[in-house]
Amino acid sequence: MLERLLPVASTSAGDIDFVFSLIFWLVGFWLLVAELVFFWLIVRYRRRDGQRAQYITGELKSEKRWITIPHLLVLACDVFIIFFAVRVWYDVKQALPTAPEQQTVRIVAQQWAWTFFHPGPDGQLDTPDDIVKVNELHVEVDKLYHFQLTAKDVLHSFSVPVFRLKQDAIPGRVIVGWFEPTKTGEFDIQCTEICGIGHGLMPARIHIETPEQHASWMAEHGEISVAAVTGR
Amino acid sequence: MSARPIATTRSAAGMPTGRLAVWWVIASEIVIFGGLLGSYVMFRLGHDAFADQAAHTNTWIGAFNTFVLLTSSLFAVLGHKAADAGDGRRAARMLYLTAAGGMIFLTAKAFEWTTEIQHGFTISAHTFWSFYYTAAGLHALHVVAGIVIMLIVAAQARKNLELQRVELIGLYWHFVDVVWIFLFPLLYIAK
Amino acid sequence: MAESIPVAPSPARAHDHEHPAEPGFIRKYLLSTDHKVIGLQYMFTGMAMALLGGFLAYVFRMQLAFPGIDVPLFGVVSPNEYNSLITNHGAIMIFWVAMPVLIAAFGNYLIPLMIGADDMAFPRLNRLSYQLFLVSALVLLASFFVEGGAFGGAWTMYPPLSASSEFNQTPLGTTLFICAVALEFVAFLMGGINFVTTTMNSRAPGMRMYDIPMVVWMIVLASILFMASVGPLVAGAVMLLFDHTLGTAFFDPQRGGDPILWQHLFWFFGHPEVYVVLLPAVGIVAEIITVFARKKLFAYKTVLYTAFGTGVLSFTVWAHHQFIAGIDPRMANVFTITTLLISVPIAEMMFVYIATLYGGSIQLATPMLWALAFIAEFLIGGVTGIFLGASGSDIYLHDTYFVLAHFHYTFFPIAIIGSFAAISYWYPKMFGRMLNETLGKIHFWGTVIPFNTIFIPLFVLGAAGEHRRIWDFAQFPELASEPLRNLDKVATVSLVIMLAFQAVFLFNFFWSLRRGQKAGKNPWHANTLEWTTESPPPHGNWKQMPTVYRGPYEYSVPGRDADFWPQNEPA
Repeated sequence: MLERLLPVASTSAGDIDFVFSLIFWLVGFWLLVAELVFFWLIVRYRRRDGQRAQYITGELKSEKRWITIPHLLVLACDVFIIFFAVRVWYDVKQALPTAPEQQTVRIVAQQWAWTFFHPGPDGQLDTPDDIVKVNELHVEVDKLYHFQLTAKDVLHSFSVPVFRLKQDAIPGRVIVGWFEPTKTGEFDIQCTEICGIGHGLMPARIHIETPEQHASWMAEHGEISVAAVTGR
Repeated sequence: MSARPIATTRSAAGMPTGRLAVWWVIASEIVIFGGLLGSYVMFRLGHDAFADQAAHTNTWIGAFNTFVLLTSSLFAVLGHKAADAGDGRRAARMLYLTAAGGMIFLTAKAFEWTTEIQHGFTISAHTFWSFYYTAAGLHALHVVAGIVIMLIVAAQARKNLELQRVELIGLYWHFVDVVWIFLFPLLYIAK
Repeated sequence: MAESIPVAPSPARAHDHEHPAEPGFIRKYLLSTDHKVIGLQYMFTGMAMALLGGFLAYVFRMQLAFPGIDVPLFGVVSPNEYNSLITNHGAIMIFWVAMPVLIAAFGNYLIPLMIGADDMAFPRLNRLSYQLFLVSALVLLASFFVEGGAFGGAWTMYPPLSASSEFNQTPLGTTLFICAVALEFVAFLMGGINFVTTTMNSRAPGMRMYDIPMVVWMIVLASILFMASVGPLVAGAVMLLFDHTLGTAFFDPQRGGDPILWQHLFWFFGHPEVYVVLLPAVGIVAEIITVFARKKLFAYKTVLYTAFGTGVLSFTVWAHHQFIAGIDPRMANVFTITTLLISVPIAEMMFVYIATLYGGSIQLATPMLWALAFIAEFLIGGVTGIFLGASGSDIYLHDTYFVLAHFHYTFFPIAIIGSFAAISYWYPKMFGRMLNETLGKIHFWGTVIPFNTIFIPLFVLGAAGEHRRIWDFAQFPELASEPLRNLDKVATVSLVIMLAFQAVFLFNFFWSLRRGQKAGKNPWHANTLEWTTESPPPHGNWKQMPTVYRGPYEYSVPGRDADFWPQNEPA
């Protein structure tokens, strides 16, 4: 369902969409049934002259059945939903597939900008050739990335809607997660935790590039950042 | 005193309305102190540095204050007993003694805090001290409130009025006492 | 110990004989200890705050639909004003509208009348509770006028943003906001103690546990839930206040504090709070559907058990607000299970209400329309919560407009539809006159239809990735697209229409005070005790205190001529 509203651009986006659709159809069906019964009863038992309401206590077993059976159905649907929700949750948040070091980015949120640290040509973070970009994240398609997320001042939240990915950033803590882009293009990155006056003015973009594009971007910016560090 | 509504005088639950309400007050207070102390315990377990800070508290004053509060609770019980027997004057005397215990407690606390602040252990020095002053301060506020109410109740009891209130303020005072019984080991003894 | 309570020799009425003179305005209204006066004070204060909250919503919705517009009656909205508007809209609607109207106003007004008492057990404590509440509202309002403006860090007040004026840039606004919320909690703790004690102890002779009307049960359960959940947040508010003003570091990660601790303290209260306001509303609905369907409530005890079950479970679900907040991901699985389980008792409660309609003789008067709308809309609010309680889909939906639409589909039925149901049902008792039915129905449809056209578009926007608390979406190319912006406009226009229709209600309310048809004692032919006295009830409520002989929902009992059987009528 969600793919009609926005692109699917990571390996886990489809799984999350599936959970959404599953709940939508399952719950939507029962909602419809409940509302139909409800409105039917209102129409069926409108007041008519000379007709009295029935006296039903609802304490008899034969009457309570009308409550207990739907309530067991709700329980069954819950178990079903829990199973799929937990499975997807495990894949996205709990499990951490390995990724080589050159596919690790560091994300630092602050009031009100994102700073993205890309490992430079040497494939390692915290070296002079790191490519540091403000509000611009560059990744290569079909590669599994780790991100190290932290914040400088207050809470922020790193959200990439096309990945269906979201994680709060907490000052003083580094949170590691992963994503694997599957579609090239340029998409929104949002801050989804209110972070002060400029919360609405903290947009960033993710650039998902083909291996060739990414290599040329890396070559271009890698040199610049090395030059910047090694001096004038 | 104005006449009570009929509602106040009924006791469908089998307990006088005043006592029932004091129990609910205590229940809601337990949750407040519970939240604060729960947070403190979580911090304490997660940070070893807390123990180093806690070493600077004065266990002797804490122990003295524990003794003072427990003793004052004894007077509250004696006051209740006197009130049950209908002896308002004696109940009032016992309540004055209880209040005196509370004041000794506060005085000792004032000396203790002054010394600590002079040594640089202010409320913002370390999270341990933040908890120390917040928890003990909240407790001290309850002691102050208890003393004020106790003096009012005692003044009435002297005239043999509203004797049932002697028991109610006693209940509250025992609660304040019990909170301290929790605070003392958590803030002073555990090092 | 009962003997140690001096039994009042003269009930309140005798007290009146001592001062036959009509008390002055101040004595009568500002210093009154009469539960009915205090209830109405809560109601009018809540209604005034609701108008303010609605106005704030109008201002920020206008900014969202037409960014940069000079909003009529307000002006151009700056980003920090926008944040203050959404923050205070949320806080006002929950703490200063839903709670005072649903719990305090109707609790105060109805509990003594419905259990057959002449007042609350502690009338002066009751007055103090209202006065403290009023002070808290004034403190909140004052925060708009201080230097730096009102607090804008969302009603959830997450630190470190709320813990340092270096970050939030509203030094005084934040302090006042925290103080206002804390004062409000204390006021409601006092009120809650009074409600619980009164219901436990002051019931009329003959009223057993299962003869208590459902709305009284629900307000009492809500008060207990509130009492049991708010404590940690009161402590948390003190800690946050110290962080903000004294420089402590409870929640400051740079100096050894923990910002997530606040989220636990907040949501440990925040989630039960949903049920604190829900329960009174479902109680109100129970009263109304039984009267207007002329039916006994289906399975009275089951409703009570589901309410108990919901109450207990509500303490185990709080971290579903924090799935992606950086808590241990394994914890999320536990909270997904508990969260989905809480749908069972709530669904069961709704089924009971639907089953109550079966075999009824349904009269669609205005109160009944509101009560039925509550059920129909709340069902939608309930099921959309499953998307968010399921950890897998919450990763995406968290902090989007989907969340916002979901909780408005729960809170709007609770706080607004529930309050209108109650006001239209008990208005004849409160003021002795009937509301106008035609105006009531115009107002009903003018509120419920726009309500749906506000929030259904927001579900779609949320599913498309629109995130919350954003001043202007122009910065986000994917969200700035024409179709999405148009949905935002639909929502805003609907809101303006809905607010305009509230004028019909206000007109009806004040016009009927003088011109409405006389109501008499029992215009709806209801069973509960409040309908056995004059409308409005005199000071002391009854000339002869009632005795109770049966449960509250004996409608259409076979073998009786009348289709109702008041609780106080001897067999």
